[in-house]
Amino acid sequence: MTVVTPHPDPVAPAPGVRPAPAARRRISLPGRDLLGVVPFFAFIVLFLAIPTLVVVIGAFTGDGGGFTLDNLSAIGTSYIMEAFGRSILLSAVTAAIGAVLGGLLAYALVTAKPDGVLRRVVTSASGVLAQFGGVTLAFAFVATIGLSGFVTVFLRDHLGINIYAHGVWLFELPGLLLVYTYFQVPLMVIVFLPALDGIRPQWREAAESLGGSTWQYWRMVAMPLLAPPFLGSTLLLFANAFSAYATAAALVSQGSPIIPLQIRGALTSEVILGQQNLGKAMALGMIVVVALVMWLYAVLQRRSSRWLG
Amino acid sequence: MAGVTRRRARRQRAFRWTIVTLLGIFFLLPLVAMLEFTTRGPNGTYTLETWKLLVDWGQLGETYPDLATGVVNSFGLVLLTVALTLLLLVPTVVWVRLRLPRLRRLVEFLCLLPLTIPAIVLVVGLAPVYAWVTYFLGGSALTLTFAYTILVLPYAYRSIDAGLSAIDVRTLAEASRSLGASWATVIWRVVLPNIRSAVLSAAFLTVALVLGEFTIASLLNRSNLQVAINLLGKSSATMSVAVSLTALVLAFVLLMLLSLVGGGRRRTSPKETR
Repeated sequence: MTVVTPHPDPVAPAPGVRPAPAARRRISLPGRDLLGVVPFFAFIVLFLAIPTLVVVIGAFTGDGGGFTLDNLSAIGTSYIMEAFGRSILLSAVTAAIGAVLGGLLAYALVTAKPDGVLRRVVTSASGVLAQFGGVTLAFAFVATIGLSGFVTVFLRDHLGINIYAHGVWLFELPGLLLVYTYFQVPLMVIVFLPALDGIRPQWREAAESLGGSTWQYWRMVAMPLLAPPFLGSTLLLFANAFSAYATAAALVSQGSPIIPLQIRGALTSEVILGQQNLGKAMALGMIVVVALVMWLYAVLQRRSSRWLG
Repeated sequence: MAGVTRRRARRQRAFRWTIVTLLGIFFLLPLVAMLEFTTRGPNGTYTLETWKLLVDWGQLGETYPDLATGVVNSFGLVLLTVALTLLLLVPTVVWVRLRLPRLRRLVEFLCLLPLTIPAIVLVVGLAPVYAWVTYFLGGSALTLTFAYTILVLPYAYRSIDAGLSAIDVRTLAEASRSLGASWATVIWRVVLPNIRSAVLSAAFLTVALVLGEFTIASLLNRSNLQVAINLLGKSSATMSVAVSLTALVLAFVLLMLLSLVGGGRRRTSPKETR
């Protein structure tokens, strides 16, 4: 293990004797101080930089070695483009639904007592449901609306409704939409709550004392302030859904409708396909999409922190 | 004015309970369904067989050896990942603050980088790295610690960085250094106790993330809790759902504890950027 104990400063003088701070700061980057961060950087290089480079280089490497753009152009083939399209659609739709529902729930929490039971329970539950998805979530939905699921059976036996009259959609894109919504709403609550907390009640009072109506307050004060964090949170939800893998992997066993499952296919059957680096090209495509989204998120975050920090 | 405020409070209360109830049903339904699913007996009866087996650890291990392995591995991974994350991050972040302020933005950037690299992508690049890890350290599932430390880096960094921002590290460090403390002592006995709640929150987040991780373990062919649950789903659906539900409830209890330990202070959420 590359474990480090913070080692004693080699340049430090004997205990009790301190050099004048000014003398120390004159040297801008003392070489020996850098030793203190070597373990961290070594770890980052090994387990973050090298893997990323493997993906990037692999995306541009042919099967026999050597530089090629074939992998990238192979992304243009219909089934991969369709998977990318479906991934983006899935992420966008669930991000939009999650943002609206989660935004409403977050607002409902803000109007409650700050340290009340409701708020505490809902935020903790959100924390769990937003992060603890994956396999668990897939099984939860199989138990709920699977073929012999709780709701499926209830609807069929008591109300005569067959939710699968037009085929079993739970294990396809519509099912993914429903299940992804389940973790997007709580994530929205977590990321949007701080922005709502930043809205001061005094601003509303100020608007009212100037004769503004509720609608005017929302349209001219609250909404312009909340728009950037709301959009930013939506982007975060998009990136979250786009990166998600476990839920889909546990739910969808046949076919690879979305891009993470395509990558799984390339990883697990790369020998058969004979396209070792296609998976890396797809992975690079994912990095590009997520990096773009996160960059936009950072921009919006900076904007909103001016007022709602 | 008072009338308006009262009317608004009433309207907000009605709105709040409508939203909470409706979404509450949507979110509780799958959990209720899981409970119902695990207690189903033959011919519409109810039975607690699954839960009895789940509580009986020895019997469970015999019946589902894969599950037992997965659980043991996951708990080992939790301990190792928390240890590695804190050992790697706390001294580095403190050191950078005190001695290398110019590197602060770089360290922050590197720590937040994993947010832009989906786990499924990381796995693609990690495969060859892990070939070397296996060569040097063997193929134990516990080696996943390295990958998990990368995954928790953004969350742990934010938590620890926020904790350090709240105290005057420089003054504390200079005071203890001038009294003759070594750097190890400064970090262990002065800085760490002062950022206890931040470290605790980083540790809790790590626990939740490691217990819930599936992607990397599954694609690198290592067994952990989630991989075992997924495998179990193919042979014993009831048991896999029961274990899932238990894991969810456990995580919930954990986060409730965290919000209490935080002493009313709002949790530094992992995905929130300031």
